Amino acid sequence: MSGWSAVLAIARKDLRTELRTKESINASASFALVILVLFSFAFDLGRPELLEIAGGLLWLVYSFAGALIVNRSFARELPNDCLDVLIASPAPGWAIFLGKAVSCFLLLMAVELISLPVFGIFYNVHWAGAFFSLLLVIGLATWGITVVGAAFSAVTVNVRLRELMLPVLLYPILIPLLSAAMELTTALVNGEGLGGDNGAGVRLLVGFDVIFTSLAIYLVEFILVV
Amino acid sequence: MLAAAADRVWKYFGDYPALRGATIEVRQGSCVALIGRNGAGKTTLLRILASLSKPSKGEVTLLGLSARSSEARRRIGYLGHGIGVYDDLSAFENLSLFGSLMGVANPTEAAKKALDRVGLSRVRDGLAREFSRGMRQRLAVARAFLHEPDLLLLDEPFTSLDDRAIAVLQQLLADARGRGATIVMSTHQIREAMELASDVALLERGRMVFAGPRTTEMVLDPGWLYRTYGEQQA
Repeated sequence: MSGWSAVLAIARKDLRTELRTKESINASASFALVILVLFSFAFDLGRPELLEIAGGLLWLVYSFAGALIVNRSFARELPNDCLDVLIASPAPGWAIFLGKAVSCFLLLMAVELISLPVFGIFYNVHWAGAFFSLLLVIGLATWGITVVGAAFSAVTVNVRLRELMLPVLLYPILIPLLSAAMELTTALVNGEGLGGDNGAGVRLLVGFDVIFTSLAIYLVEFILVV
Repeated sequence: MLAAAADRVWKYFGDYPALRGATIEVRQGSCVALIGRNGAGKTTLLRILASLSKPSKGEVTLLGLSARSSEARRRIGYLGHGIGVYDDLSAFENLSLFGSLMGVANPTEAAKKALDRVGLSRVRDGLAREFSRGMRQRLAVARAFLHEPDLLLLDEPFTSLDDRAIAVLQQLLADARGRGATIVMSTHQIREAMELASDVALLERGRMVFAGPRTTEMVLDPGWLYRTYGEQQA
């Protein structure tokens, strides 16, 4: 089996088990929706300044919801020592990792796309006109969150307090990515495009994704086999 | 050619050496009973042979290949303490998945055949979590033997198996030996192990104190090996 077939097999397996148990997607989606509703009580929705922090609000919610999903990515291999069987299989470490990152990416994208309309309605933010640009920003930033998150999920998989350790390790690394995603989202919901100064933000997202995907692919074998 | 070789392997967990220069050479087609008391390092050695863990010092080769090479891993079947199957997948889905990962040419056919051999065809679409303990164990055995590996690494395979699972495992082990596969199994059940094994290796506190062919004394008196090569003499 080639590495890419293993990526697909592992991603399909993770999505199938997740859709059966709904362990992380239910937690993540309900968390995102509840926080969006609670934030709406905290701010005066009639004030135009709200549009200036709209991107920040949205990405705070997405990043916390993302941690709930990536936390389970390697932890779901612990019952019955399934991780041992994956590592002992001929599937290369990078394929195991990418399979998990792909499944986390799809799950988090689903949560984000479910909560985006709620965000628009509760905060009176009109994002539909910039949907495809927003989708590009969400896709790039979500891949960054999932690739770093899945890597740290592998690092912390055997740590007793992994639910605590993962966010502690994850968020400092995500600061540049989240900062760019917040600025771009704010610009898009305020009617700006992705050209001009905003192009630098897109390049940052792409660069972050490329660097951390390459690093994780290179290091995962050392993380999994100790 | 050797099926597996560990040369002066050390493994530290923190400061504690679980293996202290253990050396073993496993001939192709042999069945090695890896015995030793609790904490002797049997599981650690098997995990290193299965490429699940890296030795702190020393060299390991499998079937003449580097232990972490994908070709070596394709030819290994590993059954550890955990059953290694997903609770939220059906028996068939589990075996198809592992068949694909192990590079089996036709994973669905192989899965069907394996389920048949362990007597789980009737419940192939049932989720593993809904199975009884014995059925789960048989599924685990089917998973380890699915791709007809050349080298089987079994960590206490008979422990806590029910009678039917023991019979299934014994049959699969006999078939594997019949087609020339090599077996390395750790065990506490010395009497049963001596009946199956062609070779014996005794680990004591991380050191390989005996590795060689099984002799008549070992079969007649399972305690002989410990008395002759065990800690008092080492």
